[in-house]
Amino acid sequence: MRIHILGRIARARASLGPAGTVAAVFLLLVLLMAVLAPLVAPQDPNLQSLLDAYSGPSGAHLLGTDGLGRDIASRLVYGSRTSLLGPTLVVAVALGVGVPLALLAAWYGGWVNAVVARVFDLVYALPGLLLAVLAVALFGPGLMPAVVALSIAYIPFLARIVLAAARQQRVSPYVDALAVQGFGVVRITVRHILRNIGPVVLGQAAIAFGYALLDLASLSYLGLAVQAPTADWGVMVSDSNALLQGYWLPVLAPGVLIVCCVLSLTVLGARISGERPQPYLRTRRRARTTARTQPAAVDQNGAAA
Amino acid sequence: MSADTRALLEIENLTVRLADPAADDAPKPLLEGISLSLAPGEALGLVGESGSGKSMTIRAATRLLPPRASVEGAIRFEGTDVTRMSGPALRAYRDTGVGMVFQDPRAHINPTRRIGAFLTEALVRNRGVGRREATARAAAVLGEVGIDDPARRLRQYPHELSGGMLQRVMIASVLLAEPRLILADEPTTALDVTIQSEVVGILDRLRRDRGIGMVFITHDLDLALAVCGRVAVMYAGRIVELRDAKDLHERAAHPYTLGLLGSRPSIDVRSARLTAIPGRPRGAFESGPGCAFADRCAHAQDVCRTTPPEPVRFRDGDVRCHLLDQIHSVPTAAREGGAA
Repeated sequence: MRIHILGRIARARASLGPAGTVAAVFLLLVLLMAVLAPLVAPQDPNLQSLLDAYSGPSGAHLLGTDGLGRDIASRLVYGSRTSLLGPTLVVAVALGVGVPLALLAAWYGGWVNAVVARVFDLVYALPGLLLAVLAVALFGPGLMPAVVALSIAYIPFLARIVLAAARQQRVSPYVDALAVQGFGVVRITVRHILRNIGPVVLGQAAIAFGYALLDLASLSYLGLAVQAPTADWGVMVSDSNALLQGYWLPVLAPGVLIVCCVLSLTVLGARISGERPQPYLRTRRRARTTARTQPAAVDQNGAAA
Repeated sequence: MSADTRALLEIENLTVRLADPAADDAPKPLLEGISLSLAPGEALGLVGESGSGKSMTIRAATRLLPPRASVEGAIRFEGTDVTRMSGPALRAYRDTGVGMVFQDPRAHINPTRRIGAFLTEALVRNRGVGRREATARAAAVLGEVGIDDPARRLRQYPHELSGGMLQRVMIASVLLAEPRLILADEPTTALDVTIQSEVVGILDRLRRDRGIGMVFITHDLDLALAVCGRVAVMYAGRIVELRDAKDLHERAAHPYTLGLLGSRPSIDVRSARLTAIPGRPRGAFESGPGCAFADRCAHAQDVCRTTPPEPVRFRDGDVRCHLLDQIHSVPTAAREGGAA
């Protein structure tokens, strides 16, 4: 059993490549930090100690303190919670709405596809940040209005890719074969088509997560999403007082974390959707060239070895 | 023609047209006036060149036509018109009534799922068979079609199996469903000759043992004659000749069938080149108002180019040709006179 797990890790490493592995490990650590925040954080993130304001890195404060004497390391740790929660919700909602619509459109084609695709295009034309600003203007500042607005804006970002990939699958011969076996729409779409385009969906979701993280940090920086006393990377970056007084660490530390997270997600997303074996692409190529290329079987076995 | 209640599959005057969205002209015909019937336990061969409508015929019988296709005529399975089936009825028909063996198994099996999942999914989802039971049955049927070590194969992915093995897996999946009708679309074209004879043997044995009706599509006229009781020769979307396989060698009547028979290599006659039918194969949509074969037919006359021939009874077969009496003139006609 142990060996089995180690083998899985080795395979995952091989398919992610060095950069992808580093990105995955980093994101895993950030996730762990968010989940175990109370255990990891050295102090209460909101504990003020004005006497210690703007102290540099020391044994007591690993990354020093901000203008109110709060421990920056602890705020980073707790900030990861809100900073990751927002994008998680955005991606979940965008996938939850976009993927079923895209699969539906891909299956039925014709006017259903035309309508859904045009709606996606329409929403795609709306800038997410502006939509979020509008939502905040209507419902007041806070994480939820921003998340809802970004979710809507992110639907086409994910769903357009899902739609394109699913349409390729829809015309694959194996879909016809499944239909002749007597399977219904739902079964074929969810268990076969969605499964085969899984890497594309996951990869795109990872990239979208990175963008959403950045967008929400921007909104928090502007004071429109997460509100000030709460620890959040975006809020922390917006602490311009520190900069004016010449202390760069309180601003730089969360900034670096945001950049590293987005970068890791982008690398990982590209790896997931691009670097792993892609049977769905292979099927398509086969379907088109079967008549011409006989030794394709050899090719597949070679790729598998 | 009236509906034969004993027929398993009955196709009556089937015409399929496909609209071309790019062009504004009338929908192009793919099949014209296809009529055939199949009794339980019978094997019917569909023979013809590429594009003659063989695959289209059985795709029509399973409602796998492209969405822009329009269908006229009737396709009855055990008396029920397939073209009018609603969703649940269609699913039930596809589930238990008909099974299809595709030409290219690698393209027709989801590459990301294991062989075991492919074989058991229909049993588990559509028939309510337990997973363990379904796996046992799948392993048994894999053994039946001549695959060694079924337990290991069930855990493998399609790309780990050779083309011949995958074709057997596909046949196994059809057998597991225990349909009453098997539509085999060139099941052996992708296989080499030894595997081909094994696969054909498997299908033939199962047809006999279980009384399954089978429509067998092939390019290979001799293979069709060996496997099937009756053979339908298709050209440009029409059945030009339909007769018993045992008669086809001796009594073939349509010039196209004769051309096909004449263009096979023979071990009796030594020749540098094989005889060929002049010209190239035509699609149904390319044919003029008359007989589609007229351009390539040595016997063609004016009537052939203006009037489409209707099927006539000739030498105990159905043949679409205006000139049967002239081509098969006195000596043959006299000999056949009593039978006709």
